[in-house]
Amino acid sequence: MNFSLKIWRQDGSQGRFEDYEVSDVSADSSFLEMLDQLNDQLTESGGDPVAFDSDCREGVCGTCCLVINGRPHGGRGGTTCQLYMRHFADGETITIEPWRATAFPVVRDLVVDRSAFDRIIQSGGYITVHSGPKPEPNTMPIEPEVAEEALDAASCIGCGACVAACPNGAAMLFTAAKISHLGLLPQGQPERMERVRSMVEKMEDEGFGPCRNYGECEAACPKDISIKFIGRMNRDYLRATMVEPYDRRGKMKPQ
Amino acid sequence: MSRRLVALYRSQLGKKVVVAVTGLIMVGFLVVHLAGNLKVFLPDPEPGVADIDVYAEALREIGVPFLPHGAVVWATRLALLAAVILHVVCVLQLSAQSRAARRGGYAERRYQRATWAARLMMVSGLTLLVYIVFHLAHLTVGVVEPDRFVHGALYYNLYEAFTRWPFVLIYTVGMAAVAFHVYHGAWSVFQTLGLDSPERNRLFRGVAIGLAILFLVGFLSIPFAFVSGVLGPPPSPPEEHAGILQAGFATPADNAPSEVQR
Repeated sequence: MNFSLKIWRQDGSQGRFEDYEVSDVSADSSFLEMLDQLNDQLTESGGDPVAFDSDCREGVCGTCCLVINGRPHGGRGGTTCQLYMRHFADGETITIEPWRATAFPVVRDLVVDRSAFDRIIQSGGYITVHSGPKPEPNTMPIEPEVAEEALDAASCIGCGACVAACPNGAAMLFTAAKISHLGLLPQGQPERMERVRSMVEKMEDEGFGPCRNYGECEAACPKDISIKFIGRMNRDYLRATMVEPYDRRGKMKPQ
Repeated sequence: MSRRLVALYRSQLGKKVVVAVTGLIMVGFLVVHLAGNLKVFLPDPEPGVADIDVYAEALREIGVPFLPHGAVVWATRLALLAAVILHVVCVLQLSAQSRAARRGGYAERRYQRATWAARLMMVSGLTLLVYIVFHLAHLTVGVVEPDRFVHGALYYNLYEAFTRWPFVLIYTVGMAAVAFHVYHGAWSVFQTLGLDSPERNRLFRGVAIGLAILFLVGFLSIPFAFVSGVLGPPPSPPEEHAGILQAGFATPADNAPSEVQR
């Protein structure tokens, strides 16, 4: 198969699109293998290979992140590495762009810096456990359905497609998934309210936009995480700011 | 409490809550407003006076003699004004944050799920803002056509405006904006307030669609009833209107004690 590629090239603060031709691509090669082939061509001809992120190449690490023809990960469900060239028409022009969000600055070409996600996790995406001997399994009963729901949220690989798809560059789905997967489980209860407060605060500080309930994030999520977790985060956040006491050790007078 | 509200208002999520709650207040007002407006279809309670005119006067009489005439109406107006201002200010601030979060868009952008109603919230919202100003100037203050407007003579004012197509058209555009805005907004309220869940979503979606249709059909039934001739001219000329209305109000009050005595 042959393709015309329109690829975003950036080195420094300004970038532009450049056109490339790639030929004799196997229909069974993945999108990233096609880009590898292009980079081989470019290297052999003395050109500058296109920088893009990838790691596990089996849809579990969340490293690969390309907007393909206007859709994060190509919009077919799954990640960029799970996208195959047979999904495209022979001779098609494919536009490839990096995630675009202020909170995800472009490092080079198609590589963006997603460390804002790490800082959101650092602000509250943890639980406190003792570091002594490993506890007996099943000492803490958890309803299987609840465990499954928590695992649905925990399936977030932090790729950032939700931010890339959101017209407002919001990180609501990512943050909500991370808050929910801990907040649904008994181990996550002690920090539950503090977690939602600090993670939401951090999310906003990092420059992600507000939610407008478009649902684009859910459509782009390779792990199919539901926006119901965003509703859950909103509920917990409202409780944390409006209901939870801020002066737990305060005293009252009878009159 | 004020500390909590300030903390809430400072965050994006909190601003969304303000937008949701003020939106809910406005939807609540629209339901009451529609119920009141539909009184235009009721028969005249007494010869020469339209039911909707009696209703409008009754609204101003709420709370009398403990409150001055029109106090409740004015309190409602001020509350709604506050709701509109908060709604718009928060949306504009959120919108600025959205733009800052996404400088430079995609060369190609394909939406997968966002509805047109959701994407055009700003357009329908700004249309509504302009429409509300026009509507108040037209049928509340009466400055659009002062020679065809009599304060308190609602039926007459409606008849004068809606027997002409330009007014019907303006109000149709306004109500289309309402329906569009509510279609996304009324559902969005539940999601923002964290009340939505997979098992409730169909209900909330249904509520939003139902409200959008209710407002569109309900409010527009009035101008179209006038322009098509289903609703006729006012029962009495507007000059006599005030006197008849006063008399109408005096009568039941005078009769009331005698009825009690039997």
